[in-house]
Amino acid sequence: MPADTVSVTGWGRTAPSAARLVRPRTFEEAALAVRGCGARGGIARGLGRAYGDAAQNAGGEVFDMTGLDRIHAIDADGGTVLCDAGVSLHRLMEVLLPLGWFVPVTPGTRYVTVGGAIGADIHGKNHHVSGSFSRHVLSLELLTADGQVRTVAPGTPLFEATAGGMGLTGVILTATVRLQPVRTSWMSVDTERASDLDDLMARLADTDHRYRYSVAWIDLLARGRATGRAVLTRGDHAPLDALPRSARREPLSFRTSRLPAAPSFVPEGLLSRTTVGLFNELWFRKAPRSRTGQLQRIPAFFHPLDGVPHWNRIYGRGGFVQYQFVVGHGREDTLRRIVRRISQRRCPSFLAVLKRFGDADPGWLSFPVPGWTLALDIPASLPGLGAFLDELDEEVAAAGGRVYLAKDSRLRPELLAAMYPRLDDFRALRAELDPRGVFTSDLSRRLRL
Amino acid sequence: MKDAFGLPQSLLVLGGTSEIALAVTRRLIARRTRTVWLAGRPSPGLDEAAGQLRALGAEVHTVDFDALDPAGHEDALGKVFAEGDVDMVLLAFGTLGDQARDERDPRAAVRVAQTNYTGAVSAGLVCAGALQAQGHGSLVVLSSVAGERARRANFIYGSSKAGLDAFAQGLGDALYGTGVHVMVVRPGFVRTRMTAGLPEAPLATTPEAVATAVELGLRRRSETVWVPGALRVVMSALRHLPRGVFRRLPV
Ligand SMILES: Cc1cc2nc3c(=O)[nH]c(=O)nc-3n(C[C@H](O)[C@H](O)[C@H](O)COP(=O)(O)OP(=O)(O)OC[C@H]3O[C@@H](n4cnc5c(N)ncnc54)[C@H](O)[C@@H]3O)c2cc1C
Ligand SMILES: NC(=O)c1ccc[n+]([C@@H]2O[C@H](COP(=O)([O-])OP(=O)(O)OC[C@H]3O[C@@H](n4cnc5c(N)ncnc54)[C@H](OP(=O)(O)O)[C@@H]3O)[C@@H](O)[C@H]2O)c1
Repeated sequence: MPADTVSVTGWGRTAPSAARLVRPRTFEEAALAVRGCGARGGIARGLGRAYGDAAQNAGGEVFDMTGLDRIHAIDADGGTVLCDAGVSLHRLMEVLLPLGWFVPVTPGTRYVTVGGAIGADIHGKNHHVSGSFSRHVLSLELLTADGQVRTVAPGTPLFEATAGGMGLTGVILTATVRLQPVRTSWMSVDTERASDLDDLMARLADTDHRYRYSVAWIDLLARGRATGRAVLTRGDHAPLDALPRSARREPLSFRTSRLPAAPSFVPEGLLSRTTVGLFNELWFRKAPRSRTGQLQRIPAFFHPLDGVPHWNRIYGRGGFVQYQFVVGHGREDTLRRIVRRISQRRCPSFLAVLKRFGDADPGWLSFPVPGWTLALDIPASLPGLGAFLDELDEEVAAAGGRVYLAKDSRLRPELLAAMYPRLDDFRALRAELDPRGVFTSDLSRRLRL
Repeated sequence: MKDAFGLPQSLLVLGGTSEIALAVTRRLIARRTRTVWLAGRPSPGLDEAAGQLRALGAEVHTVDFDALDPAGHEDALGKVFAEGDVDMVLLAFGTLGDQARDERDPRAAVRVAQTNYTGAVSAGLVCAGALQAQGHGSLVVLSSVAGERARRANFIYGSSKAGLDAFAQGLGDALYGTGVHVMVVRPGFVRTRMTAGLPEAPLATTPEAVATAVELGLRRRSETVWVPGALRVVMSALRHLPRGVFRRLPV
């Protein structure tokens, strides 16, 4: 099986560590790799889109799952797919859209694997309607520390530990996923501007239920009365009759285009307050005050950043941190305070994302809970950033909220148990299922998961 | 495990009573460091240092370590790594010697060289091996501007630091891509007991300033750090002065 020692980071390009990258091409090879891994254990890795250290394992093995990428069966009538965990959502869209089906949940990038989607129990713009990814998983096959493959069904402890379990219960080999029917590959999108944070929250709370997909891009560099100004984009899959005649001939075609990749060397400080502020300003101004029923392609609506490969390089070699937290309904005061603090501090953060979550799913370490989630990117080189985010963590934890492990690269381990009340159950299950600690990652070392 | 800002959770200090090292350690405890190993020659000073760090909330252990006993390094330091990952090693031991005496007493001069250079080569390699095996970690080496160009006034110390500096740079290149980060720190005159009683040099600084520079260097994953930063320019000018001129400088 191909393997070599490489330096690995997450999407944020911070905290590199070296591991033996093993690329299983069959389930047997994957089982061999798990049985044969050394004292420092191993961890599954998909497309490396987790921002922090979830899919790296210093001094041990990293199982690159992207070689296991077969789609085994599609039920085009019932709307389910059985595929390997290494298949990307991009690939699923290519294959399924022409058949009239869409993935049940997509994050802000299509370049994640099914394994990563379950491992982080990802959410999308439809969380308030559809919940997180694992809600749509009907069954999965998990390679556990003993080298055995178990079929895991929803409702069992092993399923709930695995959904959002960050690869620490085992290696997901396959999954059966329920799909979303669509008539076209177009989105019908309503756009509106919100003048400040309260206006934004009111609009989201009042009318989110009318839309399957909803998200707000918020300008965290705006201050004073404009603090929290935002652009809401909400919509649903367009029905056939919404398409112009020309598009109706191939209503389900899936087209993507990519710009040239970001350069591999970027001078420090390209993203300053001034440049980012200017960008945010232009972007806010160019958004229509209000527009309904605009047709957009799926990539434009869901995955605008995928248009620029390696966009994460624009932060230079210091990399960046994504901070994402959620606080429950009734904790709007905490959200307001945090937004105010971020904008007062003038973090050079590109458009951040605010979304209202719906009901939670049962994953023990699954991130979403009903309430408000905010996500923002910040260059890691910003002076004092570590201490500042520590303070925000305290506010989040005090409000009963939590930060998202798939994005984390810096949380203080002491806060984890308060943020994830099922942590003890998770640890106990791991101790029983994997007493030698075969499944280990830099994240699990750092946070003592 | 280090975090996105390169901040360690566990730290091994070689030269556990060094004032500079202790300032760095206090800073790191205020951030993420919970476990500290102070390696040094057994002394009340070492225990006292451990006690002070414990009061800050860290779990602190001491280990017997003598730079002049390379044969014992593998054992002494191996014990530490066997207890768990070490996210950062701070190589801080060193001795200034007494230039005038050392010129007359070659054996004393050799002790300076053996502490600052040979001892660091030995301990540095032992730690590098262990860090490489764990696939991550920072090795922070306290070199000195004195090694950048040896001066008449302290060339015995200076040459030992020059050797250390070259060694650490080479080690950093050897470890490139292994997950291990080697950072060479070159302070100028730092007010500690090492320099107590000596006439203060221009741009003199404090152990806390070194701590700040180390924290920044970890975040940037720097390979070389000057403290204060202005010394980078000053030393590059001094380095290119003709010998005759340099010799006559009052430094
Ligand atoms: C631009 C961008 C936008 C994003 N938007 C969102 C968003 O809107 N919502 C959201 O929820 N997330 C979002 N994310 C995060 C991303 O969806 C998750 O981090 C996801 O887990 C990445 O999948 P991956 O295949 O790249 O997995 P990796 O990053 O490689 O791994 C992530 C975790 O999954 C585990 N894992 C991967 N494969 C397997 C497997 N086969 N078996 C067991 N465990 C496995 C890994 O061990 C690791 O813990 C975004 C990321 C980016 C870069
Ligand atoms: N102060 C400055 O101006 C300055 C400038 C540039 C670089 N530096 C370097 O920075 C480092 C720390 O200096 P400092 O200012 O903090 O001085 P310090 O307080 O005197 O520390 C020196 C340390 O070295 C230890 N040491 C000496 N010989 C040893 C040996 N054989 N085995 C084990 N430990 C030994 C000492 O331990 P004991 O307690 O056992 O003696 C002490 O912990 C040194 O490497 C120094 O060269 C200092």
